[in-house]
Amino acid sequence: MTNTQVPDVRPPRATAASAPPEAPVRLSARDRGTRLLATLFLAPTIVGIVVFTVVPIVGSLVLSLFHWNVIDSPRWAGAANYREVFTDSTVLVSFRNTLVFMVLAVALQLLIALTLALAVNGRMPMWLRSVFRSAFFFPLVLSAASISVVMKYLFNQDFGVVNWALGLIGIAPVPWLTSENSAMAAVILVYVWQQFGFSFLLFVGGLNNIPKEIHEAASLDGATGLRKHLHVTLPLLSPTLLVATVVGVINALQVFEQPYVLTDGGPGDSTRTVVMVIYESAFEQLRFGEASAVGVLLFVLIMAVTALQFRLSRRFVHYQ
Amino acid sequence: MSQATLTMNRTRHALAPWARIAGLTLCALLTLGPVIWTVSTSLRTPAESFDLPPRIIPTHPTVDSYRGVFDQIDVWLLALNSTLVTALIAVGQMITAGLAGYAFARLEFRFKKPLFGLVLATMMVPLQVTIVPVFLVLKSMHLTDTLLGLIIPAFPTAFGTFLMRQYFLGMPKDLGEAAMLDGAGPWRTFRSVYAPLATPGLAIVGVLAFNYHWNEFFRPLILETSGQNYTLPLGLVSLQGNLGTGSISVVLAGVVLSMIPAVAVFLVGQRPLREGITSAGVNR
Repeated sequence: MTNTQVPDVRPPRATAASAPPEAPVRLSARDRGTRLLATLFLAPTIVGIVVFTVVPIVGSLVLSLFHWNVIDSPRWAGAANYREVFTDSTVLVSFRNTLVFMVLAVALQLLIALTLALAVNGRMPMWLRSVFRSAFFFPLVLSAASISVVMKYLFNQDFGVVNWALGLIGIAPVPWLTSENSAMAAVILVYVWQQFGFSFLLFVGGLNNIPKEIHEAASLDGATGLRKHLHVTLPLLSPTLLVATVVGVINALQVFEQPYVLTDGGPGDSTRTVVMVIYESAFEQLRFGEASAVGVLLFVLIMAVTALQFRLSRRFVHYQ
Repeated sequence: MSQATLTMNRTRHALAPWARIAGLTLCALLTLGPVIWTVSTSLRTPAESFDLPPRIIPTHPTVDSYRGVFDQIDVWLLALNSTLVTALIAVGQMITAGLAGYAFARLEFRFKKPLFGLVLATMMVPLQVTIVPVFLVLKSMHLTDTLLGLIIPAFPTAFGTFLMRQYFLGMPKDLGEAAMLDGAGPWRTFRSVYAPLATPGLAIVGVLAFNYHWNEFFRPLILETSGQNYTLPLGLVSLQGNLGTGSISVVLAGVVLSMIPAVAVFLVGQRPLREGITSAGVNR
């Protein structure tokens, strides 16, 4: 496998060059066979994508303009659902929570992952390196929902292991899941615990791609430790940092399992996220129009934040 | 190399590694801690499950909690549902992605570029955004609250298609051309020449699909309303809801059971999983 690094989203070059001349008057039997085969091979994927992604995207846009509870027939709403999004305090708070969550969770996730990747990249026996790598990657294979069930016990104020451990260093018990001030912190910690391994793997791959000679040259020039990393490693790693940030942000904006299981959005609305609001307004309150409007806005937000990052990246990312 | 550099290198390497490895070990323990705690608490008696400091080796090891979880919920049914859903999706994705990836990589046909663009574009659309209409589409097909409703929409995989296309593009073109000269048609060329070489790529698609769908929670939560169609994560979350905090070790026993296949895949398929996750750029 060669495509282990970053997703290659450039347009296909080879195929463009080898495209056949258009509109042959008569196709040979083999060309007809090829086209038939292509149709058969593509049908499951294309039909599936159209039915379960393209139609739903259009459906979301259309539904967001109606009031509909599935039982009665839909009523035209115009922009009312969108207006409601900007006036409904729960929805507004959920967008604020999601943005706060995104910034803190992604920052923490990247910081932990980068530190650990640099540490693992240092000199050590091969077997030890692969033990560390497996350990940090392990939480990724577990179910976010089941792990949140476990974490709910660990973060319990009275008998949770987290508060017990904090007590060892003299910190009073924190009402993690029951206080509006700390519930989001618990959600972020649980999320980052499970997710940092993903950025970690990306960074380990990125560091492996940096030629050894560059490090040796930097060392010879007298750069050491933090200074070397700051001025040599980080600029070389910046394309990987961009991918890790973009993907981390996209995933964080869709957070659902952790707050749903740990706090159910509470206390109050302090951990309610946008996807939780979509779920609740559609499948608990049967307000399909409003849920669709929230979904459309979330999609716009994801696109906008991603575009912004690529724009900003032009100033910070150095391609070799 | 100058004397100064030599000294510098020596001091740096004499000091750093032990501190670094100790720090990494601590972080690894913190990472695995919750999992170790889950396993050990599931083997304790209910009376000892709240013990602090947490003992890693239970003083009175017991599998009562495992019996308990089989009494409280139909673990076999949940496991069967999860297995069916996950296995069928994994196989289905390997087939759809393998075929479509091959078509995009090695076959010539009209609208190839726009169709591939469409596939790539859908990678950008999160499921959470389209879940309401997806639910309605499935409802119109009478597939809500069925396992098929979870399985069928997961067959097409934009990322898997992308990955398999890359994979087939990486294979030498001469192989197919030689087969064509020998008189093999397009199907024979695919079946006998390229498909057998695609196994490692398909393994990535399959392992990723397994990992994601075994753990999946959002779609089952929305689609499956009756308990007989629950998958493991759904069953465990509702088990905790029903029991409150009373029978913590029973819930944890359930969590441990549900982890076993995921851990098995982690141990056997770590390499394809790692490659898949990093090249996916999407961890879902």
